[in-house]
Amino acid sequence: MLLAAAATSLVACSDEPSGPVALRLLAYDSFPTEGTPLNDALDAWAESTGRTVEVVTGGDTGTLVTKAVLTAGNPEADVIWGVDNTWLSAATEGGIYADDPVVADVGDVCVNYDIEWFAAKGIEPPTTLADLVDPTYAGLLAVQDPTASSPGLAFLLATIASEGEGWQDYWTALRANDVAVADSWETAYYELFTRAGGDRPLVVSYGSSPPAEVVLADPPRTDAPTGVVEQTCFRQTEYVGVLAGTDHPDDAAALVEFLTSPEFQAELPLTLFVYPADPAIELPQVFVDFAVVPTSPWTIDPAEIDANRQTWQEQWTALLGS
Amino acid sequence: MVALATPPTVVIVGFVVVPALVIAVRTVGAGAIGEALGSRRVLSIAWFTVWQAVLTTVVTLAVGMVPAYVLARRRFRGRTLIRTLVVVPFMLPTVVTGAAFLALLPDSARGTWWAVIVAHSYVNLAVVVRVVGSAWETLPHDLTASARTLGASPWNVARHVVAPLLAPATVAAGAIVFLFAATSFGIVQLLGDGSTTTIEAEVARRALRYGDVGGAVVLSVAQLLVLGSVAVATSRRQRRSAHTLRGDARPRPARRGIPRVRALSIAAVTAILVAGPLVMLCAASFRNAGGWTSRAWTSWGSGSIRPGISLGVDPWSAIRASVVTAVVATSIATVVGVLAALAVTEMRRGGQWLDTGIMLPLGISGVTVGLGMLVTFAVPPFDWRGQWWLVPVGHALIGLPFVVRVALPRIRSIQPDQRSAALLLGASPTRAWWETTVRRVTPALGPAVALAAAASLGEFGATTLLSRSGSDTLPLAIAGLLSRPGDLPRSQGFALAAVLMGVTAVLVSLAEGRADARHR
Amino acid sequence: MLDIADLSVSRDEQLVIDGLDLHVAEGEVVAVLGPSGVGKSTLLRVIAGILEPDRGTIHLDGTDITRMPAHRRGVGMVFQDDQLFPHLDVAANVGFGPRMQRRASSEITALVDTALDDVGLAGFGRRRVDTLSGGEARRVALARSLVAAPRVLLLDEPLTGLDRALRDRLATDLAALLRARGTTAILVTHDAAEAEVIADRSVTLGR
Repeated sequence: MLLAAAATSLVACSDEPSGPVALRLLAYDSFPTEGTPLNDALDAWAESTGRTVEVVTGGDTGTLVTKAVLTAGNPEADVIWGVDNTWLSAATEGGIYADDPVVADVGDVCVNYDIEWFAAKGIEPPTTLADLVDPTYAGLLAVQDPTASSPGLAFLLATIASEGEGWQDYWTALRANDVAVADSWETAYYELFTRAGGDRPLVVSYGSSPPAEVVLADPPRTDAPTGVVEQTCFRQTEYVGVLAGTDHPDDAAALVEFLTSPEFQAELPLTLFVYPADPAIELPQVFVDFAVVPTSPWTIDPAEIDANRQTWQEQWTALLGS
Repeated sequence: MVALATPPTVVIVGFVVVPALVIAVRTVGAGAIGEALGSRRVLSIAWFTVWQAVLTTVVTLAVGMVPAYVLARRRFRGRTLIRTLVVVPFMLPTVVTGAAFLALLPDSARGTWWAVIVAHSYVNLAVVVRVVGSAWETLPHDLTASARTLGASPWNVARHVVAPLLAPATVAAGAIVFLFAATSFGIVQLLGDGSTTTIEAEVARRALRYGDVGGAVVLSVAQLLVLGSVAVATSRRQRRSAHTLRGDARPRPARRGIPRVRALSIAAVTAILVAGPLVMLCAASFRNAGGWTSRAWTSWGSGSIRPGISLGVDPWSAIRASVVTAVVATSIATVVGVLAALAVTEMRRGGQWLDTGIMLPLGISGVTVGLGMLVTFAVPPFDWRGQWWLVPVGHALIGLPFVVRVALPRIRSIQPDQRSAALLLGASPTRAWWETTVRRVTPALGPAVALAAAASLGEFGATTLLSRSGSDTLPLAIAGLLSRPGDLPRSQGFALAAVLMGVTAVLVSLAEGRADARHR
Repeated sequence: MLDIADLSVSRDEQLVIDGLDLHVAEGEVVAVLGPSGVGKSTLLRVIAGILEPDRGTIHLDGTDITRMPAHRRGVGMVFQDDQLFPHLDVAANVGFGPRMQRRASSEITALVDTALDDVGLAGFGRRRVDTLSGGEARRVALARSLVAAPRVLLLDEPLTGLDRALRDRLATDLAALLRARGTTAILVTHDAAEAEVIADRSVTLGR
């Protein structure tokens, strides 16, 4: 009883509206928490509207979604950014959104390669998914766990779209070819990739990763050190929405509105390295120059993803899970 | 007395019994039973869970009998030290043990069934050495000697006298080992892979990776039923056969020559086996592919990979989260635990129920406790899933049995006479109870607090389900770092695991030391 | 029959028996007297093969048994505290020796019945040992040691822990039993009167 009383009083405390409305924005780990134009835009908006916004990161998209599902109705934050088309059904069925989420950004998940590494070894980079199981590329590829990571799941879906029924054989062959599995995109791209000092010159990342390499290069450079294997791409659409059960539904809706406004969206290409939801927004030149837009990315019907996601994840886990 | 019993009863009923009932009811209501239990993957995991637990039990019993014998029967310098050392792996957080074996075994061992079994046997060695050993310590030397004079060879003495007399303790130890191995979570998370995993880990995987709460609930209830029946069956058997023995059974020095060399080598090998993985863990925190380095210890918290994005885990924030959680959890566990212990001694029938209830969280696995709380506290006005205090409450539940077990014997040892004397001297009944009982419990709190804190710092299963984004505790941070393939995060994971090992070892030895001092 | 020569034994680095000589003839019952701590029990344990001497020899019927394993000596012993096997019933306790000798089960049954009869416990075979009184337990221990007809029977304080009336009766019974069976025996006791009743002669160990 004591405890319950104490608990109630704590709840009461945290609910007390005092000062500006404090909003929490839940996002995946690669969403910057401070110090970028994106955060500056966010802070400027918050200040001008008498609110504060705290960015909370909660792992890669898969982890983000399942945690949100487990706390649906009593969320950890007010707005969630970054649930993508591969996870969307799980999120909506789990009842995490107060309203329908809206498109936040678009990107392509593709295998990237380290241009200098391949040049130094005198090996041609792969061009297709089938190449990846070729012994030439043994021990070179890093992917993400599709039960935790959205690019991981997108790449799994690309292989399912490409290989059909035979996708498990394809992954068995990938395992035999010594594929490395990371729990998140950050780990794969910033630890395993040769560009980050790892030993994998092939990594599942984004079609827009090469411009990031140019923009963030230190010392500055004018050409992209990484390339994209176009025929491995899977189209990914990310969503943003108000979490069901937020204490500040109106403020949260206002935040979502801002996040999808041209003012904020214009910052996306050079901080998150994704395409704005609205194709009319002008893209920075460096982005246009180096980002790869595949002509025919792999896709799978959303209904089919809904129906099979968990089965595929379980089957993949049985093959390669950790 | 009812006032005493109320807080612990509310906590146990509210946070353990009701959640367990809720998930049971949800299971019955779910059409998912057949689907969840019929899937090939679940069946293969259930099969692995059982056979690795059986094999772990066999291996642990076979290996543990040897040091159990030497430590129970032979007196030598350093015996007490080794006896304490053997218990250490059992008290260590499972992620630390998992980390130690990652450090010890080659990378290719990860995901193999034998790595899982070796680590499980390592943890549970203490169970065999202590449970079977304490039975062995009661066998009078003259009992086996009399069998020898009746013509029994050493082998026949072992087979016809020692084995049957140790059987109840062996079954009890085996049951405990089986249950711990079958509900293992931290170790399979670190050492296992997609197929060498347990139902316990699959429950967490379903809830956290697939978002499939229904499937997770069905699996955890199935696990509860199976393991519960094993526990009941073996405790029945144990009660049926208990003997009283008389005669000198104190350990004796081994005879000079080969017997003494043999006893001392077994003791030495045991010490090396127990300490080896822990030493390797510390060593691994100072290594990377290039050689020896202290980078893992000096680069804490610096993981910025791109403007505004820091990579992965911040050790300092994990330590902060763990300490805050442990302080709150320990306070709750201590207050509730002492009230419960007082209530258990004061009430008869109700006390027994309360006692059993408090032990429940130990029997119900951590993941199930967490899942039950998550599922139960999802409905207003009890929707507490996002509350920061849910994790410490979960930890308190798991620390509670330790507090009660430490406090109970202390309270029971108080002579009723003392209280009557206090009453005769004119104290009011409440005053007499305060003076004679409550004041005497307080000195017992040190070990209880230390054990509850150790339990909280190392708790992994419930935390995995209850933890909120951005407030990962140490075990979660360690598991996260060690699951990353990079060199630096791995050695940082080892470094954090070494820190957690050190803190736990200090807490446990504080508890053991105080307990020993009292016995003397 | 039993020849002990120049026997020295130490326990916990301390010499307890120093240069002891003892001869026991066939069928003779010898009482070893002396205050506690002079090594009476130790002597029996060395003869039984449970302890090893530092020095000296033990011969049984002319064979040197000094280093022979206990189970091959054919030396029976009744311990203080009886040391009945708690997991076995009375019959299985008494039949333990013959079973170790791999006798046929019909023969074991007959031997057990006779032995129980000899100690006055006919019909006790199915009893659990923890239901026996002190005197009954002592008799079962005696029957268990006698059943396989040991070449020498060692009795370590066989009457301590029993009340006066029981002691007197058991002492008489024991004396009669040993004589009837012609058993060679060494009896350790601190009670000279008891030795008088049971033994043919007494030796006293001193410091």
